[in-house]
Amino acid sequence: MCDTCGCNVTPGNEYLIRPDGKHALTDGKVSVNLLKNLLSENDHQAAHNRAHFDNRGVLAVNLMSSPGGGKTALLEATVELLKDEFRIGVIEGDLETENDAQRLRARGVPAIQITTGSACHLDAHMVHDALHKLELAPLDVLFIENVGNLVCPASFDLGHHYNVVLLSVTEGDDKPAKYPVMFRGADVMLISKTDLLPAIDEFDPVRATSNLRNLANRAPAYSISSKTGEGMQTWVDWLREQITTQRLRVVSGQTARPRIQSHKAHVGHGL
Amino acid sequence: MHELSICQGLISQVERIALEHDARAVDKIVVRIGPLSGVEIPLLHQAYVLARAGTLAENAELVIEPQLIRVTCETCGAETTAKINRLLCGVCSDYRTRLVSGDEMILASVELDLDASEMIHDAV
Repeated sequence: MCDTCGCNVTPGNEYLIRPDGKHALTDGKVSVNLLKNLLSENDHQAAHNRAHFDNRGVLAVNLMSSPGGGKTALLEATVELLKDEFRIGVIEGDLETENDAQRLRARGVPAIQITTGSACHLDAHMVHDALHKLELAPLDVLFIENVGNLVCPASFDLGHHYNVVLLSVTEGDDKPAKYPVMFRGADVMLISKTDLLPAIDEFDPVRATSNLRNLANRAPAYSISSKTGEGMQTWVDWLREQITTQRLRVVSGQTARPRIQSHKAHVGHGL
Repeated sequence: MHELSICQGLISQVERIALEHDARAVDKIVVRIGPLSGVEIPLLHQAYVLARAGTLAENAELVIEPQLIRVTCETCGAETTAKINRLLCGVCSDYRTRLVSGDEMILASVELDLDASEMIHDAV
């Protein structure tokens, strides 16, 4: 497929560019119709990463939340529960420090830290660079802990298979309504830090889930506490099922994408 | 502020297209942005001014065509407009809807200023 001339036209979007295509406007001017994703360079790299994961039979999960939403604590608790069953690897994204990677390494997990400097999200190229430092073949599952941010990470496909979005009870149950782009893309929503619920009566997990449904998102919503272990079994069951499914997909030469890779799906539909 | 990353990606795509057409400059860039793309249109305009500096698109106008959110309902079949954080069917209020439009982040077209020699070549 050509990247630049508009030949990625399908019967669904063909009417959008008819009859012009590339046409001269006035002397020395030309208009070129394209219909390309603005992030097509990132998406190209993401597809490459995904093929890389699939070739090695690894399930890749993108963890996203606000800063302090409980992503690293979730990973620590998950590693404890699954370390005898699956081989786990982690890529950590933060603006600065190796702290999170060190926390995971302390639990015997290979962890690569990406420090983004001032960048507020991971992109597919950063993940690709990190993959050069991590031996994927022995792994069953790779967690990519994105930069804590409910806005920017939602726009970048990393090549992962599923989006896991954490909503901690200290943040308010209306977060899905405030950050619809992020929560619409969740393949599972984890309501985290539920051990704090007795102290925070404003947070209603039912209302949080209802706000997720308002985004036409049917993803499961699980309440968990990494600290007490409450609800962790349900989350780990979900993960176990995805790892098994990924193995079957790899055998049959198929792949999976997050339920919604927003913009991508609509280049070919009515605008 | 990921709009700057997006603009840098946009400019590098546009410059490649301009080079392929032997253009000496880019006059206009047209993009389509839906509210569910996660891109803020005012921020995109601001970031664009930074990203285009020193490139073939240095003087190019950025035209942003905002897109509406529309959903179709899997339960009743209606197609309706929707709000960004309420993507329910406008007729039966069911949440089992599919997005028809509203998450676009698309480079639609570019207008290029070509070398005179290129145009003569085209005319022949």
